[in-house]
Amino acid sequence: MSTLSTAQEHDEHHDHKPKGMMRWILTTNHKDIGSMYLIFSFAMFLIGGAMAMVIRAELYQPGLQIVEPNFFNQMTTVHGLIMVFGAVMPAFTGLANWLIPMMIGAPDMALPRMNNWSFWILPMAFAILLSSLFMEGGGPNFGWTFYAPLSTTYAPDSTALFVFSVHIMGISSILGAINVVVTIINMRAPGMTYMKMPLFVWTWLITAFLLIAVMPVLAATVTMVLTDKYFATSFFSAAGGGDPVLFQHIFWFFGHPEVYIMILPSFGIISAIVPAFSRKKLFGYSSMVYATASIALLSFIVWAHHMFTTGMPVAAELFFMYCTMLISVPTGVKVFNWVATMWRGSMTFETPMLFAIAFIVLFTIGGFSGLMLAITPADFQYHDTYFVVAHFHYVLVTGAIFSIMAAAYYWLPKWTGYMYDEKLGKLHFWASLISVNVLFFPMHFLGLAGMPRRVPDYALQFADFNQLVSLGGFAFGVSQLIFLVVVIKCARGGEKAPAKPWEGAEGLEWDMPSPAPYHSHTTPPEVK
Amino acid sequence: MRIKIIIIAVLGMISSVLSATPSNINMTRGVTDISHRVYDLHMTILIICCLIGVVVFGAMFYAIVKHRKSQGAVAAQFHESTKVEIIWTVIPFLILIGMAVPATKTLIEMEDNSKSDITIKVTGSQWKWHYEYFDQGFGFYSLLATPAEQFDNLDGKNTDVAKGEHYLLEVDKPLVLPIGKKIRFLVTADDVIHSWWVPAFAVKQDANPGFINEAWTIINEPGIYRGQCAELCGKDHGYMPVVVKAVTQDEYAVWLDEQKQSVIQAKKDAEQALASTLTMEESMTLGESLYITRCAACHQPNGAGIPGVFPALKNSPMILNDRAAHIDIVVNGKAGTAMQAFKGQLTAKEIAAIVTYERNAWGHDTGDVIQVSDVDAKGAK
Ligand code: HEC
Ligand code: HEM
Ligand SMILES: [Cu+2]
Ligand SMILES: [Cu+2]
Repeated sequence: MSTLSTAQEHDEHHDHKPKGMMRWILTTNHKDIGSMYLIFSFAMFLIGGAMAMVIRAELYQPGLQIVEPNFFNQMTTVHGLIMVFGAVMPAFTGLANWLIPMMIGAPDMALPRMNNWSFWILPMAFAILLSSLFMEGGGPNFGWTFYAPLSTTYAPDSTALFVFSVHIMGISSILGAINVVVTIINMRAPGMTYMKMPLFVWTWLITAFLLIAVMPVLAATVTMVLTDKYFATSFFSAAGGGDPVLFQHIFWFFGHPEVYIMILPSFGIISAIVPAFSRKKLFGYSSMVYATASIALLSFIVWAHHMFTTGMPVAAELFFMYCTMLISVPTGVKVFNWVATMWRGSMTFETPMLFAIAFIVLFTIGGFSGLMLAITPADFQYHDTYFVVAHFHYVLVTGAIFSIMAAAYYWLPKWTGYMYDEKLGKLHFWASLISVNVLFFPMHFLGLAGMPRRVPDYALQFADFNQLVSLGGFAFGVSQLIFLVVVIKCARGGEKAPAKPWEGAEGLEWDMPSPAPYHSHTTPPEVK
Repeated sequence: MRIKIIIIAVLGMISSVLSATPSNINMTRGVTDISHRVYDLHMTILIICCLIGVVVFGAMFYAIVKHRKSQGAVAAQFHESTKVEIIWTVIPFLILIGMAVPATKTLIEMEDNSKSDITIKVTGSQWKWHYEYFDQGFGFYSLLATPAEQFDNLDGKNTDVAKGEHYLLEVDKPLVLPIGKKIRFLVTADDVIHSWWVPAFAVKQDANPGFINEAWTIINEPGIYRGQCAELCGKDHGYMPVVVKAVTQDEYAVWLDEQKQSVIQAKKDAEQALASTLTMEESMTLGESLYITRCAACHQPNGAGIPGVFPALKNSPMILNDRAAHIDIVVNGKAGTAMQAFKGQLTAKEIAAIVTYERNAWGHDTGDVIQVSDVDAKGAK
């Protein structure tokens, strides 16, 4: 403790950060960069959310009311791209920036200048993507999965901008991932062995390797799309000897690990929060680490479960079905471990814990529908319907996003030095919990009853549920503004937060004062 | 003993709730043996998932209620047990094997495309299906039959138009199939990827341009079965229904004869049309109605197109200045663009009428009346 307070004094005496905008543009500080990532991600969440509102408004009743189909397709596409690459992934990178140095006892990230770049190219990528919506012919309208030849021969002129922006997002992710790997491998405090690292650090380490492995595959995919469209190559065109299904294999070789990139850090967050509010150590720490690693490895051999209807040989269908089913074993282990952690704990239910519990239940529901989708014969019926839309929103919204919310509430006192407004936090939680289920649960029914996804209009038997879903959607959208209020209030003041505001919390970050000093551990702490 | 009773009660409750559900919230059982098996598989996994959910969430909520600090709970110290970990790795594994066995059997059966009685080639293109009766030498396009007034309500222009019963799930000419025969589908596409889906048959097969996929079905009951395209295929992906009319084998034989007669009749008509002279009025009426159903999705009813996506035909230099090129692009399309060749889709007379319409509508007063022979010269029949 004493070393830390000297560190803080040192900090205040010698740290000359530029004032105003330049501080943020030039900063190499992991906390500044983490904050910028988080703010950026929330802004993207609102923009992507606004697009979801357009989608839901159009689908409020049958018929075309508000937007014409081509624009509708742009909305689904850009909504998906923004939520995946602009909201969820940067939020996790922001959390990694803030938390990893504090958790492993390091002063900062290993590669601070690269850190600055990996953030600042992101807003450019999204400015390019969003501006393409205003071009003649519109922005990308081929789904976030951009299947060829819809994204090549038949794509709008703005496709080059789409490709360019995805390249930049990819570079940003790779740089961020390299930084995480280097930091974790080299900058742990003495005594912090791998098997003593907090699970958030572990899950991010594994996520970073996944990113480094698959983002180049995404880059290759968009490059082939680019050359097919503009330079007369035929990777994905049968007329020139290519194959459109090849596109899907390459895309999903990136795409499936990508979905784990969006959930592994969540597992780390939940594994920090559940023990803290159960006042009991995490059950099965080492099995959690092994489960994360096996999920990551398996995620490379299941990609074609997105392609059961493309006409694969039976043997391949069986292989991908079995591997996919297998992934549910380590995932199940995690859920069981969390429940065992709560079992005979001494629980309290502050907002982070509420989001964590909701995560466990609702993510598991998403896992169940995932297991159902793995069963190939049944997938022939589920594939490309609203059942899939329900599935991935359960794992992404009530999974990834809820865990990010939980993390924000849990670490806000450490970040700002003030307690957030618990009443508003709980209001945000309950409003989100109810509306998100009204929004996404009936989508299961719609899909089972036969409503395809990515349609701007639908048959009359789907009308009632769509109306309900839209109402849930608007309510969920509005509820997120409460979160904005909570964060702004908390950043501006309130009850002073102690160094460790949560009784059961564990980890080096809680040994630091709140707010955490500008430079984290300037002298490495001892880890017993 | 008590546990057994509870399990049975819960199982009974879940399955009765699930099986009593109306069809608009669950998967259809369908009308083929395969679709029944797929449905059963779906219900089995659903029930297993629900049971696991009851156990896991039950334990969790029990802990949430009982082991809370406000209840005076004091945290236990345990945080590891290899035995427990092994148990909850092995049990799910066994459950999965239990699911995989029936799934594998059903899948292998679904993929057995051998020994079919009838072959239908299904071709998707933006945004219609073409069905070709392989051994019979004829085929036809199947287009959405719902009139645009029913769905196009942008700017509130058609608020009072009532929607029909089969809104968006009706076509001008359904695929007609006999019951009780093994029908093989060869599925492909002309432009982008589409996916041919009939829920009642549990058949969903992607239509990939340049490649042919196989699927099959044996329909058990006569009836009309509706589905939709299930792969995003551009602007009107939502307006590309599949309708199958399943009839008895006798009715099917009669229908086949009718179709063959009309193919012969169409040939005769085409020859006659070649010799006849089309008038402006006749061409404009026919041309307008065909333009609305076949061309307006892209070029828009007013000919303005969608800037940057589909070109405007209104004031198009090609239309105004180059009559031959105009006819040619409609007959033969333009490779590598969304402009498809219409020579296989429309008769020479129909194409002539559309071209005449385009050359005289929207203030294009070329005064040209295109004759069937002009179109015939470009390769249309
Ligand atoms: C699926 C969308 C689509 C449909 C349906 C369609 N077109 Fe086109 N059409 C296009 C596209 C795209 C082009 C531009 C091709 C190019 O890049 O030159 C085009 C070009 C044309 C042109 C040339 C315009 C010019 O100024 O160069 C004419 C004429 C035309 N179409 C007529 C028709 C007619 C007649 C029909 C109906 C029988 C029709 N189109 C149906 C997409 C379509
Ligand atoms: C704000 C609440 C949200 C609503 C109301 C919403 C609604 C929707 C709807 C209606 C679709 C289109 C389905 C279709 O037509 O196929 C969609 C697609 C999608 N959403 Fe969301 N969504 C929300 C939040 C999110 C979040 C937070 C994520 C990611 C973390 C996300 C990821 C996606 C993806 C990847 C797609 C697929 C896009 C595509 O089809 O290409 N959504 N969403
Ligand atoms: Cu996947
Ligand atoms: Cu489609």
